[in-house]
Amino acid sequence: MTKDRSLVHIALYAALIAALGLMPKFDIPIAAGIPVTAQSLGIMLAGIMLGPVRGALAVLLFLFVVALGAPLLAGGRGGLGAFAGPSVGFLVGFPVAAFVCGLVMRATRALPVFPAALAAAIGGGVIVLYAFGISGLALMAGLDLDAAARAVTVFIPGDLIKAVAAAMVAQSIARGLPSALISRT
Amino acid sequence: MISAYISGGGFLHRLPAGAKLAGLALTSLALLPVSDWRVMGVVLVAVVALYLPLGRAVLPTFKGLRPLLVLAALLLAFHIYLGTAEAGWLAVLRLFAMVLMATLVTLTTRMQDMLDALTPALGPLKVVGLKPQRLALAVTLVIRFTPLLVGLGLVLGEAHLARTGRRGNLRLVAPIAIQALRTADRVAEAIAARGGVDGVPPEARPRGDGPLRRAGPDDEDT
Repeated sequence: MTKDRSLVHIALYAALIAALGLMPKFDIPIAAGIPVTAQSLGIMLAGIMLGPVRGALAVLLFLFVVALGAPLLAGGRGGLGAFAGPSVGFLVGFPVAAFVCGLVMRATRALPVFPAALAAAIGGGVIVLYAFGISGLALMAGLDLDAAARAVTVFIPGDLIKAVAAAMVAQSIARGLPSALISRT
Repeated sequence: MISAYISGGGFLHRLPAGAKLAGLALTSLALLPVSDWRVMGVVLVAVVALYLPLGRAVLPTFKGLRPLLVLAALLLAFHIYLGTAEAGWLAVLRLFAMVLMATLVTLTTRMQDMLDALTPALGPLKVVGLKPQRLALAVTLVIRFTPLLVGLGLVLGEAHLARTGRRGNLRLVAPIAIQALRTADRVAEAIAARGGVDGVPPEARPRGDGPLRRAGPDDEDT
């Protein structure tokens, strides 16, 4: 993989994360009508498709553009204010989540794409991401860890749906454009 | 350009981006250990006062903060339910003070100035191969690709709606990604043909004084 192709792919997944957060069509309505956007689906896909290092770089690039002032976070938020809010733990966890997704994808080379990607998405995009998100919420909102964990449990079913969706998308892309599964080459 | 920047000539606009960022970081760190809600309230009032010179232009930004208001209300209710109402008020006041301060820096700093201020801070990353011009190109590509992908999503969504009578939702992500990846390979070839990611030295660039003031690469290639 050339430097040029590598950089363009990293930028493309950073843009995909942004686009998935901006498209209101992708809101998944779950109980209590809490809108769950597809932004974390993009995080999972970046790690699954690009592998640990490039996946994490794509997420860091996305966060960097957000910090520069582009309103690319879910619901059109952006700028430095996003990094001072209660969901900062999730933002800090995003690149780590993508990294873990890529690691799991690499470790499960022997498996077909769908189960490997599902394991990666749940491991990185749900378990690791929530560990960061809950710690951040506890710190920013003055809650203890237990209370912070209870406060975010409503979002977990939505993210499990997104993990399944990420695995299905990864499988479709791997079928339609096998060279795009950079994490396994 | 997608940016929250508001043009103006006030004190905060004239302050260098680096100074604003350093000030923001220090004040945010100083606010974390404050445990008296009255002190936090005074800080919040002072931050809001800094918005006054910006005038009516900030109203859309404040509207964008509505989700935060809902979140703060939920947070406060949760604290009251746990019997820690005072800690709840403190957390909510601190939340608004920190978010409004950070937003103020974004509103008064151009993206190009922010990029220029942040690039030296990322200098140590040169060890792992991150060159400033690569970062600038990558930022430009993200800003160019994002509307492209949203547009692709709208087109494919309409086609799906016409075929099936239902909205495609998550079913559209794979086709969007595949089409975008094909485009990405063409963009990579175009960059390679122009000398690669490190190929063109900054002084040889045709016009403009920064990547965000130049047109995106291959604008016609959409």
